[in-house]
Amino acid sequence: MATEVKVPTLGESVTEATIAKWYKKVGDAVAADEPIVELETDKVTVEVNAPVAGAIVELVAGEGDEVEVGALIAMIKEGAEGAAPAKEEKAEAPEESKKEEPKKEEPKKEEAKPAAAPAASAPAASTSANTDHPLPPAVRKLVEDKNLDPSKIPATGKDGRLTKGDVLNFLEGGGSAPRAAAAAPAAPAAPKPERELREGEERVKMSKLRQTIARRLKEAQNTAAMLTTYNEVDMTNLLACRNQYKDGFEKKHGVKLGFMSFFIKACTTALNEWPAVNAEIDGNSFIYKNYCDIGVAVGTPQGLVVPVIRSAEKKTFADLESTIVDFGKRARDGKLGMDEMTGGSFTISNGGVFGSLLSSPILNAPQSGILGMHKTQMRPVAIDGKVEIRPMMYLALSYDHRIIDGREAVSFLVRVKECIENPERILLDI
Amino acid sequence: MSENYDVVVIGGGPGGYVCAIRAAQLGLKVACVEKRGALGGTCLNVGCIPSKALLHSSHLFEEASEHFDTHGIEVSKPKVNLEKMMARKDKVVDSNVKGIEFLFKKNKVTYVKGAGEITSPTSVKVALLDGGEETLNAKNIVIATGSEVTPLPGVEIDEKNIVSSTGALTLPKVPKKMVVIGAGVIGLELGSVWRRLGAEVTVVEFLDRILPGMDGELVKQTQRIFAKQGLDFKLGHKVTSAKTTKSGVTLTVEPSKGGDAEELKADVVLVAIGRRPYTTGLGLDKVGVELDERGRVKTDEYFQTNIGGIFAIGDTIVGPMLAHKAEEDGVALAEMIAGEEGHVDYGKVPGVVYTWPEVASVGKTEEQLKEEGVEYAVGKFPFTANGRAKAMESTDGFVKLLEDQKTHRVVGAHIVGPAAGDLIAEVVLAMEYGASAEDIARTCHAHPALGETVKEAALDAGKRAIHM
Repeated sequence: MATEVKVPTLGESVTEATIAKWYKKVGDAVAADEPIVELETDKVTVEVNAPVAGAIVELVAGEGDEVEVGALIAMIKEGAEGAAPAKEEKAEAPEESKKEEPKKEEPKKEEAKPAAAPAASAPAASTSANTDHPLPPAVRKLVEDKNLDPSKIPATGKDGRLTKGDVLNFLEGGGSAPRAAAAAPAAPAAPKPERELREGEERVKMSKLRQTIARRLKEAQNTAAMLTTYNEVDMTNLLACRNQYKDGFEKKHGVKLGFMSFFIKACTTALNEWPAVNAEIDGNSFIYKNYCDIGVAVGTPQGLVVPVIRSAEKKTFADLESTIVDFGKRARDGKLGMDEMTGGSFTISNGGVFGSLLSSPILNAPQSGILGMHKTQMRPVAIDGKVEIRPMMYLALSYDHRIIDGREAVSFLVRVKECIENPERILLDI
Repeated sequence: MSENYDVVVIGGGPGGYVCAIRAAQLGLKVACVEKRGALGGTCLNVGCIPSKALLHSSHLFEEASEHFDTHGIEVSKPKVNLEKMMARKDKVVDSNVKGIEFLFKKNKVTYVKGAGEITSPTSVKVALLDGGEETLNAKNIVIATGSEVTPLPGVEIDEKNIVSSTGALTLPKVPKKMVVIGAGVIGLELGSVWRRLGAEVTVVEFLDRILPGMDGELVKQTQRIFAKQGLDFKLGHKVTSAKTTKSGVTLTVEPSKGGDAEELKADVVLVAIGRRPYTTGLGLDKVGVELDERGRVKTDEYFQTNIGGIFAIGDTIVGPMLAHKAEEDGVALAEMIAGEEGHVDYGKVPGVVYTWPEVASVGKTEEQLKEEGVEYAVGKFPFTANGRAKAMESTDGFVKLLEDQKTHRVVGAHIVGPAAGDLIAEVVLAMEYGASAEDIARTCHAHPALGETVKEAALDAGKRAIHM
């Protein structure tokens, strides 16, 4: 009996993924819970593990294919040892019939499209309904009563037809496939014909992740009344504090004392005083939050990801530092979970690690503020009428002017500056 | 003398001849070996066809004897001319058999009359009926030799007083008293035939229910209907021995669980406890083809035996021992051999009992669904509420549909009533397409027709039958 491998639930409002990479090919043995494929979604890459031990008998989708949540992507024959069929091959196989011995574990390598499931297996959920067929009466009624688009519902009936169960299960799962395109998901407009390449040019298709990042950046820009206010911060005291305590900190907590914990704490202090910066616009209302879920932007080879530190205001410096180290490692390994990347209320981005002196970050929708940290550079500054060389960092706060007014934005940033310049302010809440 | 074939099918029954014809349609060179002297296998010669012929003849006789009066048709008491009835049956069989021969000619299937023996994975030696031998070289060999009657130890079949279904189809006269051993499909059908023609029939069954394997509620109702017709049942009993005397047969019968024995006397005893795969004389042990513990040829889901190039279908392998299942096997295998896909879903093979009323079933029983822990809905509709059935004076029975509540697919149907065997076809088709009860209910059914009962049962599954 073959076991089905399906695309798992990927996170709220995530309905599809791209097959990024198959770790196994047909005929390979797999252990239970061994990862067999890497899926790429809007936000993250996710591995799918084999539900049972056995051998891969079929890969239903290929690398680069888009698959929907719940779609069948592979078949595993339980217990089978790899691809070698146990029965003796017929030496006297006829020449004319191209496959006179019905297929065993070998796939139909000649076929480009995914093969129909092997004889004994149960019907598989295709990626979407084949709407060439007339709808069965009960399906037609449901689709009309609930105003659904049948082509968007995963189908398990014969030849990709929809069954009543398919529609009911789709509705139960909170699916909605409105027929009249209401708020159309940000799909690309009618695709332009790709332009021809000139000598020396190379076309590289954007990964799913990158396409989504691109889309969300534009969405943020197009939605919020976004602008940036700047300030600078004298890092002298922070550096001194850090130097004084870093050894003891690492000895006690087992993690290095960096700057991020200070910045996060400075932000939570300021966010507490300027709640608009921590809030969100929803329709015609503002949603204020009494927690600070701070997203910390991490660069990975695949692109920028922003894992979220929940209730950062309640966490200790050690917690913050170790969480960030863990996020960084897992982000680079592609092992961040979907739930770790959603729902932040404010974001901190550090362009300084790459050498940026000053920049204007883009908002992480639907948040209303984002703090940009930059490179600390020794600069001459005027202190009490004298020129002194101080380690200075520019700070940038991009914000949504629809919810945060100029005074609030500037004051928030000033407060962050104060807390960094004199870290004891965080402790004293002053 | 030897010829080369793509496929050699051994056995010309429904599995074999259909496999041969399909393979030929797909362009393969096919030979079919049959030793009976007639094509059509058990089904056409000593099974399905002759029994249905007698069932219809005897049904008409009973209608004329018992029910014409209700319709205001007054006839004097009809008599049975058994010789004429049997002759008609033989004519029906003969025309079917000739029909298959014609189909073979039309499709250019070589019909080899003789007993086939597999001498290697690529050759079949045939002892010809006319004398002599012929060797057929085959790229693929299909075992389609069907089944034989399962013997009952202690009750030896002589096809005179103690008969199998074969003998029961050719009795020289209507027995006064008949005992049928086995309340399965064959026992009930043939028991019905002779009861209608005037015999006193008692059916002895080892289990405490008739029609083993069928839905519990269905068989309970069915038994009640048959009992009303005058069929006598002795359930939960087994026959341990039989003695044939001048006056007939004396059977020793005791409770299945053990207990006091009693004697049962009859003129004719029909042994109908089942059938078993028939693979004698094929040379399977020499070639190395493996059988399972029930004597069935071991095959995988591609009908392939453990020897490459040798396949088996129909009654010789697992699955319901039904002619139409063998046909499906035959088609699927022929298509696979020709390089296409082939698949038979044994869960969607209907089973029919051609008594009157007929009994028909497909898919899961309620007992199976309960055991599997499946949440299901039931839709039922009695024939008493169907206009056509009332007009036909055939209101015994009901239609029951079972629908899985997770998938909303119909997973089983059980019918006892007029033309149940034809009514079930709609549900089989619906199940093939994963239809829900509502799909059937929203399909227009002609009125006034027996088929409306299926529609109403479907409505009842959704608790909204109109005519009940």
